[in-house]
Amino acid sequence: MEVLIESIKKVILLMPIPLCETLYMVLASTFFSVIFGMPLGIITAISEEGSIWERKYLNRILNGLINITRSFPFIILMIAVFPLTKIIVGKRIGTTAAIVPLTIAAIPFVARLVETAIKEISPGIIEAALSMGADVKQIVFKVMIPEALPSIASGITLTIINLIGYSAMAGVIGGGGLGNLAIRYGYQGFQKDVMIGTVIVLILMVQVIQDIGTRIYRKLLR
Amino acid sequence: MITIKGLYKTYSCSDGNTEALKNINLRIEKGDIFGIIGLSGAGKSTLIRCINRLEEPTEGSIFIDNRDITKLDENELRDMRRNIGMIFQHFNLLSRRNCRDNIAFPLKIMKYDERQIEERVDELLDLVELKDKKFSYPSQLSGGQKQRVAIARALATKPEILLCDEATSALDPNTTASILKLLKNINETLGITIVIITHQMEVIKEICNKVAVISDGRIVEEGNTYDVFSNPYHKVTKSFVKDVSLNIDKNTLGDADDMEIVRITFLDHKAKEPLIYKIIKKFDVEANILSGQMNRIQGRIYGNLVVGLRGNVEKVDDAINFLKGEGLIVEELKYNGSSD
Repeated sequence: MEVLIESIKKVILLMPIPLCETLYMVLASTFFSVIFGMPLGIITAISEEGSIWERKYLNRILNGLINITRSFPFIILMIAVFPLTKIIVGKRIGTTAAIVPLTIAAIPFVARLVETAIKEISPGIIEAALSMGADVKQIVFKVMIPEALPSIASGITLTIINLIGYSAMAGVIGGGGLGNLAIRYGYQGFQKDVMIGTVIVLILMVQVIQDIGTRIYRKLLR
Repeated sequence: MITIKGLYKTYSCSDGNTEALKNINLRIEKGDIFGIIGLSGAGKSTLIRCINRLEEPTEGSIFIDNRDITKLDENELRDMRRNIGMIFQHFNLLSRRNCRDNIAFPLKIMKYDERQIEERVDELLDLVELKDKKFSYPSQLSGGQKQRVAIARALATKPEILLCDEATSALDPNTTASILKLLKNINETLGITIVIITHQMEVIKEICNKVAVISDGRIVEEGNTYDVFSNPYHKVTKSFVKDVSLNIDKNTLGDADDMEIVRITFLDHKAKEPLIYKIIKKFDVEANILSGQMNRIQGRIYGNLVVGLRGNVEKVDDAINFLKGEGLIVEELKYNGSSD
């Protein structure tokens, strides 16, 4: 019993900084990936053949780009973008530096989710907007985004949870975070209690985020 | 008002071209409720979409008020579309906006100010009798209510033309009737020209003053609704009328070998006269009624009767001539036991 209490105390004391690091990395990279991924997804969706802004070649290029970025294993992507990280953040390692590869990994993911959400809108609704004389901009901002919002919201939830997973690997480039804690103390330092404690915190985090995401989705869905 | 000349629409795909519309010529006058009826796949959806260029015609021209809309550029096209409202089979309302915002949508696109929008929305909600649903979302409305919102939305910018794409096909018969009444009312009070495509005969019968029958991408019959359906000649038109003669077969005829089978079509007031009684009395022939029906198109009645006449051959001929002389349409279906 005493051993257990000792363990819990130790884990709680170790937790705050890695937890903050994880939240920082995940939220910042979610934010940036939505900023970049959403327009990318929208343009990919509307430039497709038969859609409201047909651009065959642009569509092919964007699709290629999304697919290539998505096929990189994250751990390799992290190292591959070092030069870019250096330009943006000024250094290649650290928690802030980890945000760059995390964002780059998540952008194509968000783009695909947004693209799918937009393509799922009933073509009749777009047709109705066209019949009213709406232009491409009006259709995107007044029809497509609002109609796709519930799906986009659940897509973002999915992105956050994915990024929590990816951020565990950020320890490799000195990003810190919960994943790092589990590996350093738990696995490499033979402290099983730390590892278990970290995993429990991660499970709780995912649960809470999924729950909030689902609530928002339900609220948006009319 | 709308003149369609030599319209073709061809879809090209990998395994060859499909001609959806072939040489369509139509004239729709201002104030018409013009029905285009056809079976699924006949091309009626494509045709109505060419009128506001949701589909691009392959060949031919469409004049709206003497302006060839097939030649408009994108900006002109958007302006033109604001003069043409459209409603759809599945309503196509914005699911995340309430009735008010759905109706306000086309006004927002045209950058009306908020005060004007509010006024217009209230007017329209009044017109479609949905005042109490102003802040309801589409998911809270029945099909008929959704279509009413869609009608209000289509009329928001005061268009001169309303296109109806199978607008009642997803509704039950009662709701269909009330939507048709609303459309008729809009046509009469606002003077809006309405173009309706449908596969439902009752829609045409109820409100269309003119009709075109489309089959396999061609207009096969066209004219005043009453004329076309009281005396159809194309087989597709006949199938919509469910003409009584189609129900006649050997079993119905029984031992009719010595009878002359004729189909008599009565129009308007003739349907009320006792003409069968007259031929029996006057020509001394037996008249055996095999099947019959009365129909109402646009408030005018017409009837079909299939009669077997038995008697002296000359007398039977005289009786038939008498009926023709009275202005009835008489067609001989079978003569004295010939197998056809």
